[in-house]
Amino acid sequence: MSDLALSRPAAVTDEPRATRYLLIGIVLVLISLLLFAPLVAVFSEAIRQGWAASIEALTSPDARSAIRLTVIVAAIAVPLNAVFGIAAAWAITKFDFRGKAFLITLIDLPFSVSPVVAGLALVLLVGANSSLGAWLVANDLKIVFAFPGIVLATMFVTFPFVARELIPVMIEQGRAEEEAALTLGANGWRTFFTVTLPNIRWALLYGVLLSNARAMGEFGAVAVVSGKIRGETTTIPIMIEMLYNEYLSVAAFSLAAVLALLALITLTLKSLLEWRHADVLAATRRH
Amino acid sequence: MRAGILRSPSPLPGFGLSFGIMMAVLSVVVLLPIGALLGRGLMIGAADLWDMVNSRRIWSALTLSFRAALIASLFNLVFGLMLAWVLVRYRFWGRRFVDAAVDLPFALPTAVAGIALTALYAPSGVFGQALAPLGIRVAYTETGIWMALIFIGLPFVVRTVQPVIEELDREVEEASATLGAPRSYTLRRVVLPTLTPALLTGFALALARSVGEYGSVIFIAGNIPNLTEIAPLLIVIRLEEYNYDAAAAIGIAMLVISFAMLLGINVIQIWSRRRIGLV
Repeated sequence: MSDLALSRPAAVTDEPRATRYLLIGIVLVLISLLLFAPLVAVFSEAIRQGWAASIEALTSPDARSAIRLTVIVAAIAVPLNAVFGIAAAWAITKFDFRGKAFLITLIDLPFSVSPVVAGLALVLLVGANSSLGAWLVANDLKIVFAFPGIVLATMFVTFPFVARELIPVMIEQGRAEEEAALTLGANGWRTFFTVTLPNIRWALLYGVLLSNARAMGEFGAVAVVSGKIRGETTTIPIMIEMLYNEYLSVAAFSLAAVLALLALITLTLKSLLEWRHADVLAATRRH
Repeated sequence: MRAGILRSPSPLPGFGLSFGIMMAVLSVVVLLPIGALLGRGLMIGAADLWDMVNSRRIWSALTLSFRAALIASLFNLVFGLMLAWVLVRYRFWGRRFVDAAVDLPFALPTAVAGIALTALYAPSGVFGQALAPLGIRVAYTETGIWMALIFIGLPFVVRTVQPVIEELDREVEEASATLGAPRSYTLRRVVLPTLTPALLTGFALALARSVGEYGSVIFIAGNIPNLTEIAPLLIVIRLEEYNYDAAAAIGIAMLVISFAMLLGINVIQIWSRRRIGLV
């Protein structure tokens, strides 16, 4: 088949040369204007007043506490979502139960809910104006305008990433290997760690990578629940907004450049995963 | 637990544990908050909800959010198809790089995209200065909102259509050409129908994302009430005024309209799949 494909004259299924060059040209121009230009703008605005100003902005106490908070929030939200994703994928792909399709729809729900609505929903559930919130406040548990609320909001928006990546992969792998391991005397945990986990590790890493990028950059949902208490509940994106609104452009863009670097690292790792392990990722072999 | 819910027995262990973890996290993170929002709506009552949403400012914000999302997603539908086709079918220098870069809007935080676009399109920015002699203003107008939504919605159509184009059977296109069809006819009548379900899926994902988008829009929009104020921003404003009922009313309106739209796209999708015989 591949020999045939190589030796076949491709002319009938190719567009005319002029059309091809035109399309490639349009795509390259639009990609440069729409995607690359904003990326370049972040870095050039960050160093507009020189490196020193930008580094000074990044080492200010507010910036450092924002970076620390962002890392801690991601370090809690992402592993929790990974555990959820693995549990959900295991339950959904290894067992046959009623209401499965509906459950998958519920897991995907956060993708079609505005992050601001997600934040609003959290405020209504545990904010001081709700009965649950009032009870929590009476017991000295502050969730909204505090750290736990930021974690919950982050978990909401990154919720489907890991599960969505794992479910298609585990459906294709079926149950046979796990059943064999059990027959040979392995217990459930051993089966999971020695059979299932190695099979899904790249897909898991892929999902974790995407949900980490989103977790560290989430703005809308966190903005609603953070309360924007400087040095306490300001993550990097919230800090960027505050600095920008105070016309501290270099400081805002310097923090933005940190997140843009993180995005570039994420994209590089993601592309490496896709090139090396395309066969075990759901994203690269849909349909 | 097993016997009650499972439809057929499975020899694998861990159903109770995995199902339990899944339901616990799903409930705490997603279902309870959404339930609280809907519950608030029930407490307010349909008539009062309607009264709260039925103001010029809120209608302007809601129609703006949906109109801008629709325009941006339509642009991304066409451009995304073109991009996916070029990436799969043509070989050119830098193709892999462009392919990897398509996901930039997924990876780049929305607030970062927002201030970057504003820096470019503001009257003092590179693009702003270039467009000013043409009489085009982008930043602080609805056009700016389109640009932000085009940015964040760009990858969706590409990523859903790309794998389908990869799997296209070229022999079908050859057969069409052999039977005398010009290339444009083959593309329109043979290739496009096969891609339609994936195109619709990508379009729906981009639309759902852009309707609720907040971070990338608020910096470039200018946020003038009735003109460039999007619905999510109005929710934030109401929350800052501690007007929780009004915020909930707008939130519920957004949920209802989004789901109606997604349902409509699903119906079209089922219809198009049937038409080309996939179901």
